[in-house]
Amino acid sequence: MTRTGAKQASSGNRTGMQTSPELAEELMEGASSAMPSSEGGVENIAESRGEYIAEGFPIGSMPMMPASEEGEADEEEAGMAVFLDKLSERLAFERQGVRLYEALLNKCQTLGESAPGPTLEEIEHIGSEELQHFLLVNNAITEIGGDPTVQSPCADVIGVASLGLVQILTDPRSSLPQCLQAMLTAELTDNDGWQLLIKLADNLGFDDMKAEFETALAHEEEHLQNVRNWLSECVLESAQV
Amino acid sequence: MTLDIFKEKGTPLDEQRFTWRELVQAPTSKLDDDAFTRVRIILMNGLEADRIRTSHAMARMMNGEMRLPLAKIRRIEQHQQTMVNWLLPADLSPLETTIAFEQVAIEVTASVALREPDEYMAQVYRFGLLEDFDHLYRFSGLMDRVMGADANNIIQNYSDIMPGRPTMVEHRAPEDDLREHYTSATADPLTKLHAATITASENQTHDYYMTIGPMFADPIARQLYAEIASIEEQHVTQYESMMDPNESPLEKWLLHEAMEVYNYLGCMAYETNPRVKDIWTRFVDYELGHLHTVMELFKTIENRDPAEILPQTLPEPIDYQSHRQFVRETLNAEVDLRASGTQFIHKDDEADRSPRSIEYREHMNSEGSPSEIVAAGYTWTPGTELTEGKSAFARGASA
Repeated sequence: MTRTGAKQASSGNRTGMQTSPELAEELMEGASSAMPSSEGGVENIAESRGEYIAEGFPIGSMPMMPASEEGEADEEEAGMAVFLDKLSERLAFERQGVRLYEALLNKCQTLGESAPGPTLEEIEHIGSEELQHFLLVNNAITEIGGDPTVQSPCADVIGVASLGLVQILTDPRSSLPQCLQAMLTAELTDNDGWQLLIKLADNLGFDDMKAEFETALAHEEEHLQNVRNWLSECVLESAQV
Repeated sequence: MTLDIFKEKGTPLDEQRFTWRELVQAPTSKLDDDAFTRVRIILMNGLEADRIRTSHAMARMMNGEMRLPLAKIRRIEQHQQTMVNWLLPADLSPLETTIAFEQVAIEVTASVALREPDEYMAQVYRFGLLEDFDHLYRFSGLMDRVMGADANNIIQNYSDIMPGRPTMVEHRAPEDDLREHYTSATADPLTKLHAATITASENQTHDYYMTIGPMFADPIARQLYAEIASIEEQHVTQYESMMDPNESPLEKWLLHEAMEVYNYLGCMAYETNPRVKDIWTRFVDYELGHLHTVMELFKTIENRDPAEILPQTLPEPIDYQSHRQFVRETLNAEVDLRASGTQFIHKDDEADRSPRSIEYREHMNSEGSPSEIVAAGYTWTPGTELTEGKSAFARGASA
């Protein structure tokens, strides 16, 4: 396809000091000759932030669990709360992963397949596995009495952490290697996420779940290896080395 | 500028149309476009936002024969604002946009202060300029120390990043934020265009900071936005108080449309990005269409001649270039000015002449000053202060 935007490419990146050496010189001279209005350093920010940290407000909590007979959460309940929180995190991440791969497919369909890089079929394959994983975690949460529609604290945090991934994948201007770089971040996180979930399922005695999660991890390891290879090949080829 | 605004009728309102696809074009590049292209986009977004804001205010107070023309033009300006604001790219973060907003406040206000024919008004602009200048330095400290990024990637060497009038002393009692106003019958048209431009621009800055401030996680970032948004509110109070209260709402609308023509023409004259220049050119014609519609309303509703208010040709436009030397001279000469009522005084006289401001400021700062905390000992350095090894780790503070 014809990419008209590429023909309108500008005179180049203007963010560095060397874009305009004379102006840069003036800027540095001015900054170095000025006195800060108060003494101190970055520790002043840390001290202020520390006051808020000490207040101890959390990002949020898990839904209220039914109280045990003694009226206090026992060890098992605490373990289940952590497990549900991490399951909710994985659920959110896999759900977003499906959308990320849909956006990647959209990009590759528009630009056309190119070697090196993934084929459309390969992207569809990974995307369908991410969807399976989402459904797997959805069922797992339901199975142990949780509510899969809850956004748990860990699910919220992983959503904030991966906001940039969505921005990159859905930006029409991002290139295939730039998208793959973002997907590598996602896949690295995903692999570790599954490993931790397997340990939790094992320690809590959910053996069937553990086995299903191990199958998911095997898929994710393959995703990671593929994305890593595509990215590496794309970058090396563009560097012509 | 030689354009005769009485002869040039622009695009008729009925022909001012958009599609969603037109409104949302490929954005500019944060990395490759000139910083002044971004400055113009932000300024013009602010002017359109202001017109929509004041148009709604008019509609709420004058829901009679004016409401339909207000609604018609407001709809077009809504879409003009969209087309302009959506030129900002998704990779321009809220803090990077903030840095760009302060560059607008510095460079546009500097140009206005230099061109302003009324010496008192020019003094007001210089006074505000030194405060926005300090905001750029504080936000640059935040960007460096909290985000680990260099504000000059946005500024592109054009503006200085160093302290101005310290933000912590900019907090004033309302009595000391109000200024003398121009007199419509005798004021130079440029004085009116300037007041409308800078008021709109500052109002946008205030609204933007109030929107994005809570989006930051870091408490010092949240505090800094709270503090500087408060100053921006003072600035809106200051600049809008420069306008003649005896101007009718329709007269103010007429001036606003003329101001928009004036500024789109200026953007068109300086623009380096051809796609963006096409938009400025198109909107000069749209604004001329708005101006002539309002001229007709002025004639029929107020039975007045627009030529009483408007010049035949527009003055020289805002100068989109670095005003470093002017800003430094102003800084050296006027950083110690403070306000007392509508007048400016030396800081040594503030205790006697502006006790209300001192009392207000001391209370606001009594549990710490965010702008001082964020920039304690801060000197902007190319590539961030980490290039100088200035970090908690270098000091062994992590142990």
